[in-house]
Amino acid sequence: MLLSIRDLHVKVEGKDILKGLSLDVDAGQVHAIMGPNGSGKSTLARALSGHPAYEVTGGTVTYDGQDLLAMAPEERAQSGVFMAFQYPVEIAGINNAYFLKAALNAVRKHRGQQELDAVEFMQLIREKAKLLEMNQEMLHRSVNEGFSGGEKKRNEIFQMAVLEPRLAILDETDSGLDIDALRIVSHGVNAQRDANRAIIVVTHYQRLLEYIVPDFVHVLSAGRIVRSGGKELALELEAKGYGWIDSATPRGPERSEGAERRDKRVGVGPHAN
Amino acid sequence: MTPVAEQSTLAAAFEAFKAQPAFRAGGLASAREAAFNRFVDAGFPTMRQEEWRHTNIQPIANTVFGLPASFEAEAALVEPFLFAEHLPHRVVLVNGRWSTALSSLAALPSGVTVRGMRDAVETVAPKTAPDWLVKASAGMPFVDLNTAFAEDGIVIEIAARAIVAEPIHVVCLNTKAASPVMVTPRVQIRAGEQAQAFVVESYASVSGEATFTNALTIVDVAAGAMVDHVKLQREAPTAFHLAAMFARVDRAGVFRSHAVTLGGRIARNDISATLAGDGAECTLDGLYVADGEALVDTHTTIDHAMPNCPSHELYKGILAGQARAVFNGKIIVRQDAQKTNAKQTNKALLLSDHAQVNTKPQLEIFADDVKCTHGAAIGQLDEDAMFYMQARGIDFADARNLLIHAFAGEVLDGVKEDVVREQAMRLLEQKLALWKV
Repeated sequence: MLLSIRDLHVKVEGKDILKGLSLDVDAGQVHAIMGPNGSGKSTLARALSGHPAYEVTGGTVTYDGQDLLAMAPEERAQSGVFMAFQYPVEIAGINNAYFLKAALNAVRKHRGQQELDAVEFMQLIREKAKLLEMNQEMLHRSVNEGFSGGEKKRNEIFQMAVLEPRLAILDETDSGLDIDALRIVSHGVNAQRDANRAIIVVTHYQRLLEYIVPDFVHVLSAGRIVRSGGKELALELEAKGYGWIDSATPRGPERSEGAERRDKRVGVGPHAN
Repeated sequence: MTPVAEQSTLAAAFEAFKAQPAFRAGGLASAREAAFNRFVDAGFPTMRQEEWRHTNIQPIANTVFGLPASFEAEAALVEPFLFAEHLPHRVVLVNGRWSTALSSLAALPSGVTVRGMRDAVETVAPKTAPDWLVKASAGMPFVDLNTAFAEDGIVIEIAARAIVAEPIHVVCLNTKAASPVMVTPRVQIRAGEQAQAFVVESYASVSGEATFTNALTIVDVAAGAMVDHVKLQREAPTAFHLAAMFARVDRAGVFRSHAVTLGGRIARNDISATLAGDGAECTLDGLYVADGEALVDTHTTIDHAMPNCPSHELYKGILAGQARAVFNGKIIVRQDAQKTNAKQTNKALLLSDHAQVNTKPQLEIFADDVKCTHGAAIGQLDEDAMFYMQARGIDFADARNLLIHAFAGEVLDGVKEDVVREQAMRLLEQKLALWKV
């Protein structure tokens, strides 16, 4: 199992959001996480990426046999975990290509590969840029600065294509996308489906799943997975609405009594105070 | 000497200077004497004065400074500061005195002359210093102090219509001293009509007893001329550095200044540009980096005296430890200065909870058809940007450095000479490596 989440509890700004979430994801699979606003979808994505504002208070996450929660955000990324941000950050003064080169070389270094030189790197990103229909100008602008919503999301999936993660978590990548951008982004994701790669698609809407067809669909409600099924579950959800889930009996695994509580702030780098 | 002057901590130094031939050379003696008396009358500024409200220079006022004992330096000591390969034309001042051996002016492009202040005095009798040479104090005591003590002021003149693309490098190196010394460099740049010139000033020192550099730069940009000026101040952490720069820009002239401050225990730049002709333009940009207990102060004044003049100002600071910074940006728009377009921005990045910055824009506008904008932003490293980079595998230290690089880059990108820009970035990176944030 590439990713194994057991009884995960996460707090944000003092409020419990994830309340005992368990999920197994294996390489080659695409899992969709759906749920109404506030159910904890994005919290799951961000906690897995190690965002310091998301405090893990209980449970375990094992990624590729390692304790993911003990790893700093950069170690997670270097080990092949990639989160496409719901709101990609604009960074003034740092060239997109330069940023990506620093990221790729950090990942390659971790994998024991040689760093790419400037020429090799440019060849690589030119090729990957085609996939997301990114033009040269976008590559050399400051990171996400002045990008439209759609361009930012394309840039996220472009980064994913360059970094070649083993586990990609797409946090509401479809939000704010028009149909053309959605097609480009979905095409970019589908091109990266691979027997060695797992993808978790976090979305509010079923629409994205018409383009990125998942192997499994999980429905989140009040911080737990309440229903899991195949891709047809998304359609059922679309037809019946989230109210259908809220009234249904939770079918997620019960929280184990002896679950180890984690009081220490997990998911922050070693440099945080 | 007047009774007041006797009380000055600098009285002994002035007496010692009087005994040197340089004091009288060029008929400058009376100007020096008058300037020193004005300085002593005014005294060292205190924090009760508005222009010095946040800048405590008591450590300077309380120190008895002497004159440098030596004016020589090994070539190897100076070499790291020269960028000799890239900046072949240079004047080197060692403890304020022109070192012929270390300077290199043989291959100066045509149209440029570089000479000493004394040589600029009329050679025909009666020898008198021209007004432009003896700068009025402008109410600034350290300008008088500079006039009193400047030994080998450098005068760089660019003939009308001469285009000099290659930079002229002025290097002021203070060597290790056994006791506190005051060093008084002075640089005057005079660009004739439609001339173009590029001058880089470097200030460096080798650690030892605190040296006090009291520097003055005077720039005269004639009609249609362009002067690009870069100042790289990288003195030792123990150094005191008080410097003033006055630029006067005539009709359609352009003056660009980039001041990079990386050294000093107390470092202050008073930079003043007068747009004295229709359509004159100036850029005053700067980057200051301070840590430990350093205090960095930048006071700028842009005086829009005539119409249709644009001015651009961007100052950025990076502060760590318990460093303190002051930025005061004054923009005056005179009644005649219609269609002024002035923009001022000051940003500071505080990398520790104990670092502090006082920033104040000061706009005095007497014309009615003008555009003046100003903005100040003080903050910490952008946490969202930090996390975004870490989430892509870039470790904390590298992410921080990238952000700081980008922050400083906005100013340093305007430094046209690659070797100077890269050196400034390297010095910043060296400091960064020492900071735990």
